[in-house]
Amino acid sequence: MKADNGHHDTHYYNALTRRMIGIIIVVSITPMLLVAGVIYSQFHDSYKEKVYAHLGELVLKHRQNIDNFLTEKLNNIRFMAEALDVEELNNERVLREKLKILQEEYGTVFEDLGFVNHEGLQVAYAGSLKLENARYSGAEWFLKALENEYYISDVFMGLRGFPHFIVTVRGGTDEEPWVLRATINFMAFNALVQKIRIGKTGFAFILNRQGQYQTEPAFDALPSIQQYSEYFLTRNPSSHSNVRIMEKEDSAGRVNLYVGALLKGGDWLMVYQQHSEDAYADLQHAQKIIILILLVGIIGIVTMSVLLSGRMVSRMSFIDREKEMMNQQVIETGKLASVGQLAAGIAHEINNPVAIMVEEAGWIQDLLEEEEFAAGKNLEEFQRALLQIGTQGRRCKEITHKLLSFARKTDSRIHDVRVNEMIDELVELSAQRARYAGVEIITRFQKDLPLLKVSETEFQQVMLNLINNALDAMEKKGGLLKISTSLEGEEMVIEVADNGPGIPKSNLARIFDPFFTTKPVGKGTGLGLSICYGIVKKMGGEVDVKSVMDHGTTFHIRLPVIQD
Amino acid sequence: MASEESIRLLMVDDEEGYVNVIANRLARRGIDVTRTYSGSEAIQTLRGEEFDVALLDLKMEDMDGLEVLKVFKLMAPELQVVMITGHGSEEAAREGIAEGAFDYLTKPCELSELVEKIREAAAARKKMEP
Repeated sequence: MKADNGHHDTHYYNALTRRMIGIIIVVSITPMLLVAGVIYSQFHDSYKEKVYAHLGELVLKHRQNIDNFLTEKLNNIRFMAEALDVEELNNERVLREKLKILQEEYGTVFEDLGFVNHEGLQVAYAGSLKLENARYSGAEWFLKALENEYYISDVFMGLRGFPHFIVTVRGGTDEEPWVLRATINFMAFNALVQKIRIGKTGFAFILNRQGQYQTEPAFDALPSIQQYSEYFLTRNPSSHSNVRIMEKEDSAGRVNLYVGALLKGGDWLMVYQQHSEDAYADLQHAQKIIILILLVGIIGIVTMSVLLSGRMVSRMSFIDREKEMMNQQVIETGKLASVGQLAAGIAHEINNPVAIMVEEAGWIQDLLEEEEFAAGKNLEEFQRALLQIGTQGRRCKEITHKLLSFARKTDSRIHDVRVNEMIDELVELSAQRARYAGVEIITRFQKDLPLLKVSETEFQQVMLNLINNALDAMEKKGGLLKISTSLEGEEMVIEVADNGPGIPKSNLARIFDPFFTTKPVGKGTGLGLSICYGIVKKMGGEVDVKSVMDHGTTFHIRLPVIQD
Repeated sequence: MASEESIRLLMVDDEEGYVNVIANRLARRGIDVTRTYSGSEAIQTLRGEEFDVALLDLKMEDMDGLEVLKVFKLMAPELQVVMITGHGSEEAAREGIAEGAFDYLTKPCELSELVEKIREAAAARKKMEP
């Protein structure tokens, strides 16, 4: 029963602890996660917006630069075509002069100049290569140049065998058009785009409509060209002033940020590409900090909730136990009180018949004094018997008196208690039991002890308990029970010492625990000593025990003496 | 056996057996006992007769002893009342003394003690006479 109870209690308190931990954790962590989540998502969105805006602006600016570069070079050639007539353009010396002026102004951007007649024959040439009389009639750029008044070609290898592109201006009549062309140094152009580098992985390049590189990308083009050209083709040329930003996973499984803008009248696409994680490096840093803070917070909350709940529940279980003890004490005191009342009733009822019996015996004694009986041969025997009735009647009287004084004291109000007298009374009440157990009770009282201000009932209960426990312990072999009182300073010390078998050391620490008992089931509640302990504590006193195996056990009760 | 100045005693107790045996024993010791077995009966008796001492049980079924005492004191202020109480009811007895009772004894008591107390009460009664 007791073990079941204990098990049930442990289970209950464990469940309670778990519930409390759960509630504290949920209540504390949920708002923390929510706040962190909202803040992070806000930050994430605005940061992404900022990155987009920044990259968009960057690409637009460079697109503008490149467009300007191309327009400028075209204008140079246009100006030349307009300023010179056909004879001058056909003159290599003039062309060399013009090239020299251009190179002086723009460095090596202009590689060469050429004048091509309607048949595709370069009739005049100025430049470092030997391209005089080169035939371009089949070249793609020449066909395009004839179609358009101005033309800027894609990058191509051409006759010279390394990448370049050309700028052309068409002149002459419709029947006999001519073309003035200039070669733009690829390296110079390429540098314009290649200098766009951001972070570790951000770079830019230009593609034509066929998806061919017009500049050399800083990194190997990991992604398939396909996705650019698709993107490129789906663009509405009228919206070419806008940039388009997207994030896509490449074939290597990395998410990239792509910023695209059309240039050269929609012929070319400038693409800026960067790994997303590189672009959002700061965001990831912030994310790490938030996760760290959350982690520390969660660990703190969990630790606190475990510690706090554990402490609270252990406190609660302590209070529950105390309450249970108090309840038991109230029940025990109540039992004692009702037993007392019952005893008082019985004592009263017995008093009258006993009084009558004793008096009737006395009456017979009175009558025996008369002469007619004086000679009776059994007179002495009669008188002895009557005396005996008187003696036994008086004994009954004493018993009922004791019962009545015991009953009168069954309340927990504070009285002035004469300790020695009360112990004497209790010893007398226990005398019968002691005789059966073969125990001799010796009292050694200090005289003139001050009055003790305690509840008589409770004090009786404590003393009776100790006496009964001692008698129980010595029941088998008999022994000696010494009860002594003394005054030590402001404390009254009551010692109850038996010479019984003693209490094993392992049990000694637990004897004041509620429900601890070594008696067989049904014999003891295990509450006696714990109630004693509670009562003595309530009186402001101390109780302790010393025990030596095979030599006996001694209880000391120390109670404060309150002087008026 | 009764002396000239035998004490006139009114005994009130609802325990008939006790009244009878005490009355018998007291009669042998020169005390003239009138037996009554309830408070009302005692009051009735006191109307028609004069007594020196009353022996009054405080715990009776029909009337509380203290009430009877008060009536006695009203009817016959010179009557000396010795109260009999159970052990442990001394408080009521002390209250009785405050009401004018002579003294009290706890039941069961020794006959010699009882006789002694009655004689003292009778002597006190005597002193009050002019």
